[in-house]
Amino acid sequence: MEFPILSILILLPLVAGIAVLFMGANAARWTALLTTLACFVLGIVLWANYQIGGPRWQFVEYAEFAQGALVPAWALGIDGIALMLIMLSVFLMPICIGASWRAIQNRVPEYMAAFLLMEALMIGVFAAQDLMLFYIFFEGGLIPMYLIIGIWGGVEKIKAAYKFFLYTLAGSVLMLVAMLYMVLTAGTSFIPDLMAYDFAPGVQWWLWLAFFASFAVKMPMWPVHTWLPDAHVQAPTAGSVILAGVLLKMGGYGFVRFSLPMFPDASADFVPLVFGLSGIAVVYTSLVALVQKDMKKLIAYSSVAHMAFVTFGLFAFNRQGIEGALVVMLSHGLVSGALFLCVGVIYDRLHTREIARYGGLADNMPGYALLFLLFTMASVGLPGTSGFVGEFLALVGTYEMSSWGAIVATTGIILGAAYMLWLYWRICYGTQKNADAAAMPDLDKREWLLLAPIAAVVMWMGVYPESFLAPMRDDVGLLLERLETAAPEGDAHLTEGDPSAAAAEAEHHEDAHAAGEAAQ
Amino acid sequence: MDLSIKLIVFLPLLAAMIAGLGGRMIGKMPAKLVTTGALFLSCFLSWPIFFGFLTGSNAETVVPVLDFINSGDLSVDWALRVDTLTAVMLVVVTTVSSLVHLYSWGYMEEDPSQPRFFAYLSLFTFAMLMLVTADSLVQMFFGWEGVGLASYLLIGFWYHKPSANAAAIKAFVVNRVGDFGFSLGIFGAFLVFGTVSIPAILAAAPDMAGSTIGFAGMRVDTLTLICLLLFVGAMGKSAQLGLHTWLPDAMEGPTPVSALIHAATMVTAGVFMVCRLSPLFETSQHALDVVTYVGAATAIFAATVGTVQNDIKRVIAYSTCSQLGYMFFAAGVGAYGAAMFHLFTHAFFKALLFLGAGSVIHAMHHEQDMRFYGGLRKKIPLTFWAMMAGTLAITGVGVIGVFGFAGFYSKDAILESAFAAGTTPGGVAFFIGILAALLTSFYSWRLVFLTFFGKARWAGSEHIQHAVHHVHEDESEMAADHDSAHDHDVKAVEGTAGYHPHESPWTMLVPLGVLALGAVFAGFGFHHHFFGEEGTAFWAGSLAFDEHLVHAAHEVPLWVKLAPGLVMLTGLAIAYQNYIRDPDAPRRFVEHFSGLHNFLMHKWYFDELYHVLFVKPALWLGRVLWKRGDEQTIDRFGPHGAATVVGLGNKLTARLQSGYVYSYALVMLLGLIAAASWAFWWAR
Repeated sequence: MEFPILSILILLPLVAGIAVLFMGANAARWTALLTTLACFVLGIVLWANYQIGGPRWQFVEYAEFAQGALVPAWALGIDGIALMLIMLSVFLMPICIGASWRAIQNRVPEYMAAFLLMEALMIGVFAAQDLMLFYIFFEGGLIPMYLIIGIWGGVEKIKAAYKFFLYTLAGSVLMLVAMLYMVLTAGTSFIPDLMAYDFAPGVQWWLWLAFFASFAVKMPMWPVHTWLPDAHVQAPTAGSVILAGVLLKMGGYGFVRFSLPMFPDASADFVPLVFGLSGIAVVYTSLVALVQKDMKKLIAYSSVAHMAFVTFGLFAFNRQGIEGALVVMLSHGLVSGALFLCVGVIYDRLHTREIARYGGLADNMPGYALLFLLFTMASVGLPGTSGFVGEFLALVGTYEMSSWGAIVATTGIILGAAYMLWLYWRICYGTQKNADAAAMPDLDKREWLLLAPIAAVVMWMGVYPESFLAPMRDDVGLLLERLETAAPEGDAHLTEGDPSAAAAEAEHHEDAHAAGEAAQ
Repeated sequence: MDLSIKLIVFLPLLAAMIAGLGGRMIGKMPAKLVTTGALFLSCFLSWPIFFGFLTGSNAETVVPVLDFINSGDLSVDWALRVDTLTAVMLVVVTTVSSLVHLYSWGYMEEDPSQPRFFAYLSLFTFAMLMLVTADSLVQMFFGWEGVGLASYLLIGFWYHKPSANAAAIKAFVVNRVGDFGFSLGIFGAFLVFGTVSIPAILAAAPDMAGSTIGFAGMRVDTLTLICLLLFVGAMGKSAQLGLHTWLPDAMEGPTPVSALIHAATMVTAGVFMVCRLSPLFETSQHALDVVTYVGAATAIFAATVGTVQNDIKRVIAYSTCSQLGYMFFAAGVGAYGAAMFHLFTHAFFKALLFLGAGSVIHAMHHEQDMRFYGGLRKKIPLTFWAMMAGTLAITGVGVIGVFGFAGFYSKDAILESAFAAGTTPGGVAFFIGILAALLTSFYSWRLVFLTFFGKARWAGSEHIQHAVHHVHEDESEMAADHDSAHDHDVKAVEGTAGYHPHESPWTMLVPLGVLALGAVFAGFGFHHHFFGEEGTAFWAGSLAFDEHLVHAAHEVPLWVKLAPGLVMLTGLAIAYQNYIRDPDAPRRFVEHFSGLHNFLMHKWYFDELYHVLFVKPALWLGRVLWKRGDEQTIDRFGPHGAATVVGLGNKLTARLQSGYVYSYALVMLLGLIAAASWAFWWAR
């Protein structure tokens, strides 16, 4: 048997998570940091050994606990898409631990345990090949997140945790019912088999809607997004990073892994619904972001707008759209994570998220201003940063499907620039109004270590995205093959011109010149 | 040539990184040396390439650098494409940029954050070079947004000033409106042609003539749609009517920035784009007509507003806007060679005018209001003569067949082509262009007369009073901050207030001298190549050069050839009458025609209109959607509604203690276990 690297990636943080419960605060911090770093190293090993162009599912593991289709089997295996999302998770985790180093002072062992448990579950979500196993990881991930918000959160943490709980629970109940039906109908809970199983078109509708209920909440899509701003605002910095960085990606991953390949016909039928909701989300949440007075809330609303690019791209049913959506997921994970860290940096100093309390930070925190600018630009999709590549591809794909969709989605680049630059102005530029804000020291070594790696990857993905696209290329190709028969036609309907009319046009032009010459 | 092309483009980037990231470490002087040195090197490497194309010894090359995006059919590389069109832009960009770098040594002398400034300047130059060497629409967009970023950073360079910040954001967001069109144009081009490579699109475009495409529920002509969408991008970057509002405000940036970005290079990117894609635009007469009308409208609009501005930089800013309009209508009538020619000469004389204005502002202690100038001719003679060269060039002074200043050749080429095109849009553009030329002459001479002639009116200036009476703390940040629309009641007081303006240091005068040479000779030296008998060989297919139109333009009736000179003299005469012979006349005019004056003073009320139409509704809608939408509708019927239904109720929710968190987590965990056990039981 091969080295069970995926199992180790899941079990290592799980075991460490239990162990830290019995440690002191400092030991817990170091254990968590070393564990997450070890997972990151394992992730690099995973990426290095992943064969591009090799078998679809790699690092496959299989073990059964008991007989029966509904019994979860320990079936693991990843394709390129899962690989990239696992990389995102293991990359952000040590940064989260680092961000909590000083900010969290009470119940440190429990906090670290929650994060390590979360890491195990996140990796599990992306690695699971069994539907029931996936469900356990997927829903299980809510518990540590819920605890992180509810215990280490801000003033209104209870309300936020409660909202988070209600929304996600409501969605997942429907998904569980659909999953049970699928397993019983298809007779298997093995995801690769289910991805090739053709459900009857009528059934697909209901199954698609049930999954949609869960993924739309996770995404989050308008109008089931209102839990996100509250959850972000109340969560501690690291909680926000992981929430925006990885948890929001589970909705998109769900669409790619389940909705599209398992219910291609229903997916095609629901394109107008998805495009409609995504279009509303882009404009609606961008406008709402414009008037926010709380930094975290602003970035949370911008997340909803950005995730709408993902749903646009995924349901464009073409390569540019889907690859673009996947890159937006990766990029948004990095950029919004970094933006929440940036908020955390100044929150740690002044203990307020109110935008108006800051201003002129470029004076006393030039390093911070530089990095914050970089992430702001990545967020508005400036070419050369990761934000551009994903947005551009997703929008190219969207346009191929629907020009209306592309027009509405592209307004996001105007509004996005407006709210992000205005935020940047109010934080970093202008004159200093408050003595305490003016006295804040620049980034210390720890904070540089947290932000600089993200900045480097954001630039890397922006200049040479091939590194990230290459592993996913074949998987997107297979998905497209699966979708081929169902793919709806775009609204362009390009028709060849009438050559005679074209010639007449040209002649007209010539005439005009001749007339011009004659006029002399 | 490959290596020098790479050096030309990437040296400025390298310098920007060294100065920007290491500026604090290496200090002021090395940062300035590195950036300025890199730019001069780029400049010295660019001219031989340009002359190579001029003599025909260089041919089009594409230097590959790196893969960029590959997604199915969509494949984009980082590559540097150099042909005649690019070579023209290379010399324009690197020359003006290196001179502006040098000029900034003097102009920014007292600024505390010079490394940052020079890093931004070099970064801008890099982005601009990426734009002009683009081989694909996506790389062009990269450069496009890159210069936008640099422009944002430089307009807001003095970030303590609210007006500078507002102007910077306005520039970025308004440009984003243009980019909205540009992006959709790229998407559309990819959909239609299956590629974003510029040469491939240009080659395939004629075959698409007459085809139609669905767009937002309409059926439209494919090529017209793509051209117009791309043109929206050009309108944003080149500040054409409708999307021009950011350019005058961009004058909040330091003056060298205005010269480099908002006169010579970045704002001409739109013209460059239309010329680069000229074979595509040639396939759609409708699109070209729109380009012509927009250009002509901008030319006249900006010229009218330019006549009433009091801020010296704003006069030149509106002048730039107007001249860009000329370039566009030249392109619109098919005279791309003339458009590029004017772009080329304009870069020299407009950079000269801005840097000259900077030298005046420097001498007048950061006073920018011309009402407080006067009589400076004797005090700063070198600056005066440089400004004179620029003014003679922009107003187009020259004698047919003998010699003329730069603008004489290029502006006349544009007006004659517009007439020679013989189309309705061409004719409209010609007459509007003539009228705008009159106004150009008027506002340009008004500027010169107000600044350099007459009696000194310095006493009324706060800046001058400051200089005379106080030791100021932070000089660079005190640059005048007027909105010209709101300062009618300024009282100009005659007298020097004891102030002694002095000529600028050599670092500022050398660039003025070099650019003055360009303003004098750039037209005379190159008109055969850009828009003459050697045009076809010179452009070598890098833009759609229409030889017939050139001939037709050279053979227009005599009155057409004389008209620009005539209106130039008329404008000069009006300015002379009103600002030298009878300095009280403007005041009487304003009293008499206060309605017209207000209309021009408020820049045709565009800003006010946009504020009411876009800014206020967006903020209002944002608040409504947030409060009424999210909080009062979605939450009320969503989570809070659910809470009420299951009997928890809002009151109870509010009273929940943090102890309950664990209970909920427990419920979730139990739910999971229950679901799993149920599954086990079922499967048994």
